[in-house]
Amino acid sequence: MIELEGLTKRYGSKVAVDQLSFQVRPGVVTGFLGPNGAGKSTTMRMLLDLDNPTSGSVRIDGKHYRELAEPLKYIGALLDAKAMHGGRTAYNNLLCLAQSNRIPAARVSEVLDTVGLTAVAKKKAKGFSLGMGQRLGIASALLGDPEILMFDEPVNGLDPEGIHWIRNLMKQLAGEGRTIFVSSHLMSEMALTADHLIVIGQGRLLADTSMADFIRQNSRSFVRLRSPQWERLLDVLHQAGVPFLQTGDGAIEVDNGRIEALGELAAQHQLVLHELSGQQASLEEAFMQMTAGSVEYHAHGATTPGGPPAAPPDWGGAKEAPRWGAFGQDKGV
Amino acid sequence: MASVPAVLKSEWTKIRTVSSTTWTLACALIVTVAIGAALCALMRSQFDDLKPAERLTFDPTLISFSGMILGQLAMVVFGVLVVGTEYSSGMIRSSLAAVPRRGTFLFSKLAVATLLALVVGMVTSFLTFFLGQALLGPHRTTIGSPNVLRAVVGAGLYMALIALFSMGVAAMLRSSMLSLGILMPFFFLISQILSAVPGAKNVARYFPDRAGSQIMQVVPDAMNSDPAPYGPWGGLGIMALWVVAALAGGYLVLRHRDA
Repeated sequence: MIELEGLTKRYGSKVAVDQLSFQVRPGVVTGFLGPNGAGKSTTMRMLLDLDNPTSGSVRIDGKHYRELAEPLKYIGALLDAKAMHGGRTAYNNLLCLAQSNRIPAARVSEVLDTVGLTAVAKKKAKGFSLGMGQRLGIASALLGDPEILMFDEPVNGLDPEGIHWIRNLMKQLAGEGRTIFVSSHLMSEMALTADHLIVIGQGRLLADTSMADFIRQNSRSFVRLRSPQWERLLDVLHQAGVPFLQTGDGAIEVDNGRIEALGELAAQHQLVLHELSGQQASLEEAFMQMTAGSVEYHAHGATTPGGPPAAPPDWGGAKEAPRWGAFGQDKGV
Repeated sequence: MASVPAVLKSEWTKIRTVSSTTWTLACALIVTVAIGAALCALMRSQFDDLKPAERLTFDPTLISFSGMILGQLAMVVFGVLVVGTEYSSGMIRSSLAAVPRRGTFLFSKLAVATLLALVVGMVTSFLTFFLGQALLGPHRTTIGSPNVLRAVVGAGLYMALIALFSMGVAAMLRSSMLSLGILMPFFFLISQILSAVPGAKNVARYFPDRAGSQIMQVVPDAMNSDPAPYGPWGGLGIMALWVVAALAGGYLVLRHRDA
């Protein structure tokens, strides 16, 4: 169990992490989601007592990190793949970490085997690819057979086989009753691995919810219509009392509409349709909507990063933010 | 609290599994002994050309340690790399996650590295002394002569303290490059040049290397140098104060700054 209470980190006047309070519970994979620069890594470094919080606190099983006698036996972390000495072999990098926490040397070979690096155990870490470095980092997290595991962007640099492997590993570890806390900036990745979701943007908590709830509340389904007679179509929909939205590209969207009913309505009024299709907004879009107001580095292009291509301009954007903000509160964190 | 013997063991593994340890320490030994031997051989052949004042204060022990001016630079590199590569490699985050007590981590690392530097320093010191004396021929001294053993042991201590000082500086600056960029010119140029400049030499006398190397002198005001306001142990004490200051600075930086 990891507990954060009012965790705050300021760099000068810039607030990297702002009053974060949440818990990471055992037995499930908790996803920690946020756009680049949202404060995920800073939060994780504070969990490990690498960075000092400006205010607030972190408790690991009720204790401060520095009070843990042999912390690797409580909590294992993959922070970044480069946290190893390149001139040392994979085995020796792990051995010196193991020795400091009185973990037997045999365990080093064991974890190297788990992550599939046995063949390169005697090779210097500087020759490792990003993916191999990532595996070595995961091996170091597993060293102390800890109850809590924390992974910062673990799929970065892994090939599809490696991604598949890490997903299964996390699920297996959670299945053993461990606490798994994993960060990502990819909603799609989280949807596949996480059972619980914590979303932050600009250091603030945006959502603390179960993945199932998140999916239920955020997968907007709508029917998309296009017609050469769109003005008449608007009238018809208006008269029928169907709420709709106009998109920038001349299409019309009806939230939670039934394709059949809309098709029949158009037929009754002898309207020509060029498109009548059921659509589902993806979780990725939902995530982008949620964090649109808090993305630090906007791309300046023709399209707004906040909204999906199909979304009307008046639908997406930061205006929706209060709706998301409500999660954190009604979940009672 | 992490178990100190376990952390010491871990730091020993760290230090023995990187190649920089071997080459820096081997360099310190070889450079010191080789240059010391060369200068001793030169002195033997040129002894009669020395000025009378220099001949009167001829210090065969000190001459055999001439190589340390260069050899100590390898010790500086050793000390800097022991601490600095934790930062340059990013290993520091893994290390501190494993040993979150900053004091336990830093002082275990320093203890292991300093002990190794001391062993190498002592071997270097005795080797360069005996080889140097053999090459000095008729002008030699012996280990049993008054104060000679103190100078030889002191030279070994000096090497270890130089390494430890460098570790403290690297812990403060958290970068190998920056530390080397400051320490190398300081020991090799600035300290040497300032101690030859009138006026500045009264300050330079209190630099760690100048003060510490007093311990290697057996003959007072050896080689017709200016008299120092401190004795051999006093000089080493001044050096030790520099080391303590560097270590305190390094510890405070590690404790208060984000890793």
